Amino acid sequence: MALTSSLDPYVDRDSPVHALDARVKLLLTLALVLALALIPAGRWSAMIAIAALLWWAVLRSAVGPGLILRRAFIAAPFALAALTLVVTRPGAPLLRLPLGPLTLTVTDAGLVAFASVILKTWLSVQAALLLMATSRFTEVLGALRSLGLPAVLVAMLGFAYRYLFVLVDEAERLLRARDSRAAALPGRRAGGPIAWRAGVLEGMVGTLFVRAYERSERIHAAMLSRSYTGEFRSFPPRSLTTSEQGLLIAGAALLAAIVWLAYWR
Amino acid sequence: MLVQALGQAMALGMHIPDGFLSAPVALLWWVLTVAALAVAVQRVQGFDERRVPLMGVMAAFIFAAQMLNFPVLGGTSGHLLGGALAALLLGPWAGMLVMACVIALQALLFQDGGLLALGANIFNMGVATALVGHGVGMPLIRAAGGKPQREARRRSAVEVGMPLIRAAGGKPWGLIAAGFVAAWLSVMVAAFLTSLQLALSGLAPAVVFPAMLFVHAFIGIGEGLITVAALAFVATTRPDLVPALADSVDANALGRAMSRGAMLTVTLIGLAIAVGLTLISPLASVHPDGLERVAEDHGFIERARDPLYNLLPDYTIPGLDGPLSTILSGVIGLLIVFALAYGIMLLIRGRREPGPKTPG
Repeated sequence: MALTSSLDPYVDRDSPVHALDARVKLLLTLALVLALALIPAGRWSAMIAIAALLWWAVLRSAVGPGLILRRAFIAAPFALAALTLVVTRPGAPLLRLPLGPLTLTVTDAGLVAFASVILKTWLSVQAALLLMATSRFTEVLGALRSLGLPAVLVAMLGFAYRYLFVLVDEAERLLRARDSRAAALPGRRAGGPIAWRAGVLEGMVGTLFVRAYERSERIHAAMLSRSYTGEFRSFPPRSLTTSEQGLLIAGAALLAAIVWLAYWR
Repeated sequence: MLVQALGQAMALGMHIPDGFLSAPVALLWWVLTVAALAVAVQRVQGFDERRVPLMGVMAAFIFAAQMLNFPVLGGTSGHLLGGALAALLLGPWAGMLVMACVIALQALLFQDGGLLALGANIFNMGVATALVGHGVGMPLIRAAGGKPQREARRRSAVEVGMPLIRAAGGKPWGLIAAGFVAAWLSVMVAAFLTSLQLALSGLAPAVVFPAMLFVHAFIGIGEGLITVAALAFVATTRPDLVPALADSVDANALGRAMSRGAMLTVTLIGLAIAVGLTLISPLASVHPDGLERVAEDHGFIERARDPLYNLLPDYTIPGLDGPLSTILSGVIGLLIVFALAYGIMLLIRGRREPGPKTPG
């Protein structure tokens, strides 16, 4: 499970990117991902320009390019779906692969479309990784709140983040309990037949639900005893400084210019 | 190893990363998602304030429940997606918000699904699954629970399962069928929407639709069984937690519904639907859809035809042609055998373990 690969060790580092307001980072990340989506397939110079911007920011953050580049391959399994573009997009045939009764025809347009999708995906994941590795989750939530996300949703996301790891621990204890009662011998699978395994899982999901529900009741009682009235209070967000506004406008303008050039060329 | 990698790809298959959706498609679904969530937020704010911590913790629960998996065949594993379960336990609007939180957290914390594609992902796996899960499931469960309709009057406008009520009315297997159908349909609708978005963004529809629907027809069976059993577990151990269920189901009807015959019937019907879909999907890809019709009219279908149909992607049955139909029928035969074996195992389990289930 992906939970072992948390980005938490990186958010406490000290760099200009870490110090930047989360609202600016969030908006620039979204703008970069949108710009990538808008660039037509095969406009390599525009994609490289965006990659250069992104990697400049990565180098200025104290996260380390190796981590970002490596972790960005998380979407790799989805590339299987994009691989079909190579042989389905009409275009000039480059290569014919006989495969039993079938023939796969690789086309130039297909290869360009495939490479574009992979490059876009890889860069988009890097942008998201950079955002999350340089901002605390609570800062991102605050940014979402000040950008207009309803308070109920922000509060729910906050609760979910707070109790996510608690409930994952709970789930891991359930899994450990199952494993210790269904020992695996060498060369034999643990547990009974598939119906038995499914039945155990059903009980585990139900148990987890009841425990989570009871936990939320205790949380609510604790909140009431601390004078919770159904309303979440927080400091009003400070206004962005001129340099932060400038960075935001410059970044957005640069991305818009890259997209415009990609279409115009 | 390969099978394991493919299994992982299938599980990830629903979370579209950035780069796959074209900008108009992604933005259109962002608009739809924002509209749906705005309605949901408004509906939920009418409830008591206890539901905010409850829904947050429930989002964490769905996230953790997705971790609980069980080994199936050849190294793949079955696990829960949770949209229908959340909608049936918490109601459609709260369920929708909970799923939106789960999917947003997966995108933000673990880069599972893209940011621009988040609108589409929330719509597929949160909004649509919650509406289908509740819209189809609750009327069916009410009908099967045997309580008079007027007791459970607070039906929302989104519930569309009225024809299904008449079909399932009062039968002992109704509850299982309702939960199963709702969960299975929710997975299929999510897979269909994902395929639609990918196809609109330029991936070949002849590949995407059969591949996604075929794989998820089977993932949906696991989803259906886990959803039904988790519902039954909660309704028998802590019925007070789920007022929506307690309104329309009494424990006696539930105990009756969990009989092995009902389980067997539902599993067989589910597999029959899945296999039926397998039969239909290659046929559907043989007949040109709208996009290919346009291509045909414009004369470039000749160039596209070969690559479109002479293709063996990694985890799908390709378009049907001559020798391939033999392979296809072999695969389907295998599936039917698997279905029978699975049903018989359920039957045996039902005989061996009477009474309420205990946690593993």
